[in-house]
Amino acid sequence: MGLQAYLLLAAAVFAIGLFGVLTRRNAVGILLGIELMLNAVNINLVAFSRFNGDLAGMVFALFTIAITVAEVAVGLAIVIVIFRVRKTVEADRLDLLKG
Amino acid sequence: MTLALTALALPFLAFVLQALVPPLRRSGRGAAAVSIVCVGGSLAAAARLWLAPLGAPLVRRWEWIPADGGPLVTVGIYLDPTAQAMLVLVTLVAFLVQLYSLSYLREEPAPALGRYYTYQSLFAFSMLGLVLAPNFVEMFIFWELVGLCSYLLIGFWYERPAAARAAVKAFWTTRLGDVGFVIGIVLLWRATGTFDFEALFGLAEAGRLPAGLALTMFLIYLGAVGKSAQFPLHVWLPDAMEGPTPVSALIHAATMVAAGVFMVTRAFPLFAVVPEVLTIMAWVGAFTALLAATMACVENDIKRVLAYSTVSQLGYMMAAAGAAAPSAAFFHLLTHGVFKALLFLAAGAAIHAVGSSDIRQMGRLFGALPQTGIVFLIGTLALSGVWPFAGFFSKEAVLSAVWDGHLVGPFLMLALTALLTAAYMFRVVFVAFFGADRAGGHPHDAPPLMAIPLWVLGFLTVAIGVRVAVAGGETHHPRGWLTALSLGLAGAGIAVAFVTYQWRVISPAALARALRPFDWMARRRYGIDGAYAGIYRGIILGFAWLIGWIDRYVVDGLLNALSAGTLSAGDLLRRIQNGRAQDYVYGVACGLLALLVASQIWR
Repeated sequence: MGLQAYLLLAAAVFAIGLFGVLTRRNAVGILLGIELMLNAVNINLVAFSRFNGDLAGMVFALFTIAITVAEVAVGLAIVIVIFRVRKTVEADRLDLLKG
Repeated sequence: MTLALTALALPFLAFVLQALVPPLRRSGRGAAAVSIVCVGGSLAAAARLWLAPLGAPLVRRWEWIPADGGPLVTVGIYLDPTAQAMLVLVTLVAFLVQLYSLSYLREEPAPALGRYYTYQSLFAFSMLGLVLAPNFVEMFIFWELVGLCSYLLIGFWYERPAAARAAVKAFWTTRLGDVGFVIGIVLLWRATGTFDFEALFGLAEAGRLPAGLALTMFLIYLGAVGKSAQFPLHVWLPDAMEGPTPVSALIHAATMVAAGVFMVTRAFPLFAVVPEVLTIMAWVGAFTALLAATMACVENDIKRVLAYSTVSQLGYMMAAAGAAAPSAAFFHLLTHGVFKALLFLAAGAAIHAVGSSDIRQMGRLFGALPQTGIVFLIGTLALSGVWPFAGFFSKEAVLSAVWDGHLVGPFLMLALTALLTAAYMFRVVFVAFFGADRAGGHPHDAPPLMAIPLWVLGFLTVAIGVRVAVAGGETHHPRGWLTALSLGLAGAGIAVAFVTYQWRVISPAALARALRPFDWMARRRYGIDGAYAGIYRGIILGFAWLIGWIDRYVVDGLLNALSAGTLSAGDLLRRIQNGRAQDYVYGVACGLLALLVASQIWR
């Protein structure tokens, strides 16, 4: 399998993640979409690293995974707080910024 | 030279003292004393100067505005016999008027009196500066200064709306002429490269004045039209009588209004090269004389009668200047200055005694005010041109000059004016000083401070006449038929007035009916004031209305449209910002995709 296949896979996962972010009404679902997009990036990093024989990509993938974990932790905490205040996690209702 | 500078500087000193030392000004009588002493010093200097005969004009200049190739404008003094005589007239009348005012305005509060004398000093200084100016620029500056003083003094009783309006009217009307004057001066400078009288006269004498000066000189003449109240800018002078009577005597009869004639006399070598302008001057002058005389016939306010007669006599002077006889014009200016100041001051004494300026409320004043009556009669005889009073000789000189200039039309108008002048002046005399009806109250003769100037001027009116009659002035070349004609006209005018107003064989109403069209028009001032008002309302206000409309609907409309567009565009854009984070991300994703696609297409 060539590099192209990995890149296609990564692009597909990214697109699915973006679709989820844009369409899910549930805040948790949006977070999951973001997760998918970040993992698509990871796939790219790992694939390029493998095919170029450069370990820097692997190291970046590890960074990304660590940051992702932190992001999910913060993101879920925010979702819980929002739920406590608004009694909902529906993204459409979270429009306090609307002018 | 020093004397001339002294005469000029003393009133200025008085003005500066009064203007900068408020306690002096507010003291009223103190300011008056300073003013009178200073103008008295001026008079002494001017008289001393007059006694010393002068050969060539005495000129002294100081550089004012430097420029490459000699100063652009100088200031200084130009003293010739004309200026000498004018200096004496101005300082004499100013001195007597200031003396007279002390008594005439004694009921004014002290600060107002101080203000009055401050203006008087400024006026004396400006008028002397105008007389002594050696170039057009300096003359114009003083010209405007006397205009300012005239405005201030007409509006002396500024609480009275009529006085305030008259002041503004005088200021604007003369300004209309001055616009022409200043443009003319600049055009003359462009053509010749100098403002200086001596240089200009030198050019004129050598015949090296550039051709095509007619328009330039006409514009300069316009300045004189405004200042000397010539048709059609004469409307301000009768209204200027709203000021105190001594002011009318000094500014609006003897000196300032004569400034236009003086300017024409002064610059006559320049006018002499443009016969077209001289012809216009003669016709306009004669027409003004006649028009004003007819209006004087129907006026009942003694000061306004005198104002119209001033306009009329100024027309005489202008006609003489237009007939290329500036010396006759100037001679008439001098004699007129003396006897018209006398008439005004005497009228002031009568008004003071009666408390009204309407001649119908006077009557038999001669008995109550013998002194005033006598001097008024002297002035009237001089103005009517009766031998041997001063006015007879100057008027004859004017008529003779106009006849010699082959100006038949103006001559006839002036002759008719002479008849009317005698008639309307004696109408005033008969109605106010003799007449059948007695004035109310107990009129009393003028106090000494007012009587002295009257007697001095009265004496001078007679003395000048006698002097010319005995010695035969250089301007007086007797001509039998003309003497007979002018005496006959004066006699006829007096006779008409006597028959109508004293003897009452003909009733004034019948006379008015016989000359109904003239009577009707003269009473309406020939509609000239109305025409000005109409022009003002129709054209100026119409134009202002148009400008207002453009401002309101075009300029403001443009801005309103712009702001409304901004508002609605903002309203449209506001809907994009719906506050949903997902939609924003959607926008970011689309934008990113578009960028990616674009970067692939235009690699």
